[in-house]
Amino acid sequence: MSNRRGKTGEFLRAICVVSSVVSINFAGAVYAAEKALPAEPVESSGGKTIDLSIDSQPLRLTVGGWVGKAIAVNGAIPGPVLRLREGEEAIIRVTNHLDEVTSIHWHGLLVPPGMDGVPGVSFAGIQPKSVFTYRFPVRQSGTYWAHSHSGGQELLGLYFPVIVEPAAPEPFRYDRDYVVMLSEYSFEPPERIISRLKKQSGYYNYQRRTTGDLVSDAGRDGLLETLKERLSWSQMRMDPTDLADVTGVTYTYLMNGRPADANWTGLFRARERVRLRFIDAGAMTLFDVRIPGLKMTLVQADGQNVKPVDIEEFRIGPGETYDVIVEPEDRAYSVFAEPLDRSGYTRGTLAPREGMVADLPARRPRAVRTMADMGMDMSDMKDPQGGGATEMSAKGKPADAMHGMGGPGDGAKKTLLGPALPGGPSVKHGPDTHGPGNSSVAMNSRSRLDEPGTGLEKAGHKVLVYADLESPNPQPDQREPDREVELHITGNMDRYMWSFDGKKYSEARTPIPFRVGERLRLIFVNDTMMEHPIHLHGMWMELENGHGPTRPRKHTVIVKPGERLSVAVTADAAGRWAMHCHLLLHMEMGMFRVVEVLPAKAMVP
Amino acid sequence: MTRRLRRWPAAVLFVAGVAATPSQARDRGAPASATSPDTAGWPEPIDDSAFYSLVLFDVLEFQRLRNLNALRWDVTAWAGGDLNRIWLKSSGELNFSSPVGGEADLQLLYGRLISPFFDVQAGARVEQHNERSGTPRRVFLALGLQGLAPGGFDVEPMLFLSNKLKVSGRFTAFIDLFQTQRLILQPRFETEFSFQRDDEFGVDPGINNLEGGVRLRYELLRELAPYLGAGYRVSLGATRDRVVREGGNPGTFILAGGLRTWF
Repeated sequence: MSNRRGKTGEFLRAICVVSSVVSINFAGAVYAAEKALPAEPVESSGGKTIDLSIDSQPLRLTVGGWVGKAIAVNGAIPGPVLRLREGEEAIIRVTNHLDEVTSIHWHGLLVPPGMDGVPGVSFAGIQPKSVFTYRFPVRQSGTYWAHSHSGGQELLGLYFPVIVEPAAPEPFRYDRDYVVMLSEYSFEPPERIISRLKKQSGYYNYQRRTTGDLVSDAGRDGLLETLKERLSWSQMRMDPTDLADVTGVTYTYLMNGRPADANWTGLFRARERVRLRFIDAGAMTLFDVRIPGLKMTLVQADGQNVKPVDIEEFRIGPGETYDVIVEPEDRAYSVFAEPLDRSGYTRGTLAPREGMVADLPARRPRAVRTMADMGMDMSDMKDPQGGGATEMSAKGKPADAMHGMGGPGDGAKKTLLGPALPGGPSVKHGPDTHGPGNSSVAMNSRSRLDEPGTGLEKAGHKVLVYADLESPNPQPDQREPDREVELHITGNMDRYMWSFDGKKYSEARTPIPFRVGERLRLIFVNDTMMEHPIHLHGMWMELENGHGPTRPRKHTVIVKPGERLSVAVTADAAGRWAMHCHLLLHMEMGMFRVVEVLPAKAMVP
Repeated sequence: MTRRLRRWPAAVLFVAGVAATPSQARDRGAPASATSPDTAGWPEPIDDSAFYSLVLFDVLEFQRLRNLNALRWDVTAWAGGDLNRIWLKSSGELNFSSPVGGEADLQLLYGRLISPFFDVQAGARVEQHNERSGTPRRVFLALGLQGLAPGGFDVEPMLFLSNKLKVSGRFTAFIDLFQTQRLILQPRFETEFSFQRDDEFGVDPGINNLEGGVRLRYELLRELAPYLGAGYRVSLGATRDRVVREGGNPGTFILAGGLRTWF
């Protein structure tokens, strides 16, 4: 008997040894690039043509000489900072040296539909070994970016910042500016990540709740409460630790193409005002960003001026940009960005001299989802008895939602639901649960624009919320929307299916029709328990966040779990435009639609 | 009759294959319209309908039952899209008694996702026993469900109609309980029942047997997890009486060690 126990012990020891080796393999730092060579910035002025070269180059990695596949623009990741000037025409000649079709989408720039760079929506794509010339008037200014819209190319490094110099001076001043582009890199090819998620959706989640957590939670909250909470999650068949699909288990998080250890550094002189242009170029990562010890003044969001807000932290979703101004003293500061699920981080340093480092902030534990994230928070339900005005009709697909909603001479006008404002009433979900492709619905969706988001509620300092964003000037189009299109953000994590209204793109390929010149309201209802940054191409989304005429413009809006969020859109850009979740695997799985702005008379009934 | 029955699996495969093919061939590229008249040759903007596949050796273990060693397996494989999949399932055991005996079970099923958490599955099943007395074989039509029940249990209730028109069924359930991020305790439960008697396979109407156990696995990788297990298998009702009558053991403790792996 004792002999057997010895053998068992040996076996367990062997398991531990093997597992620790494997763990080290996981935990060991993996670098996307030993030294990301900053690409030479390229500038356009006076109609000069910019040349961009897309090449496939394996990046050298510091650990064990691993070579990862990557796609670089002008030999770098991120590609070069592209500087354009408002009011000029941009001419950008892109040479595709890859063996596959590629594309460049100008994220946030309003360009003609044929120049928007989405294969299958705007054009046929840039064929292998060929050249495509983008040519468009630059009608705006601020911080934007560009990336491939073809398959997994963005995940492999095909992205770069785009900075548009304004024609008129900006309403704030600064002495120097840096782009801080956040992203991630995995040695696993995108297809393998997708196939692993399809086989086991929790593959990359190593932060599940364990039996040990059950015991400690019971000690804190009481056994009965804890069991009730655990039971409600297991009844819903949902995992409250489902915070990110792809995590630090496979990702190395990057700042300007460099992992934390390579420590991107921005130099400054004391008392200078430094403008930091944050861009989330991550494929699957929402980052929480802070500079411990330094107050940030937010001056632009998605390239658009906002009334300055002093913040100490902000959450940025894939596709979004935030410009902040900081006034550092004569010491080093860490620029710290960690993913929403806290499974890793990247960092850089603001320093008066090269080679300085600052302390990193203490790591924070990952949060868990709540019943509010499931759209089940009844505590502040202001829903009128019996449903009434806020009761939703069943909404299956956008075509249905459009039907009978105001073609000219249609007569029967539906009552509009109005904007989803912070503090506004929650809205009951209709009877349609969106089929097998959607595993839950937000029974009571409501605005969460005044909440910082999962894991930031108890940050202990000022975190930016969407309700803070306000345009310094009234938006040019002050018409009330006379039509509403409601889209439900849906998914089935268990099968890794993502969709709108329970239908992936291939099941809903007919474009969502907009009429040229019309003012309409897009209402997003997030039936899932994850954040989804929704990006509309070609037109601004005016976020209805309670600021009335000075509501802010965005090209990408994070819709929180269980949230109902609305944006006003002026359909001023005829043509076909993509609209999708900017978590790129969600997009690729089908959370994608085409919007078509049709001539006024061509409106489908 | 038997010759015709042997063709069942092929026929089911064909039917399932047809069903799994998207009902209408998708035309490529964006549909043309007033604002985009010339979209011929454009690619799809995204590829959301790819096929995927999984082969899961959920159980692959050496068992120690009383004074008998056995190799046991339970393999599940699928291939297909989000809604429609072809499933191949095999389970069985090989007893290292003398002479070597055992039983094997193979199912080929078409599955369709009918609700967010449940697949309905239908197809064919073949079961063969290798015993001293012979190698009886049964062929079945199979119909059942597989999915995630409230409470987080993976369940698989199946009904079978044999070529002798006898109805039987099987219900399996398990749940993964995370002890740490890699150490996972998996209680498992399985029972078989019959509506008719089948002497060749030693079953009588009623619940034939129950098996309960736990497996404790350590995920070196998600795809690779050695485990240790213990369980108890018991025959019940008339089937139990039959086992006792034939000199067998109605109840058996099982110790097992194996590897859970998938790709």
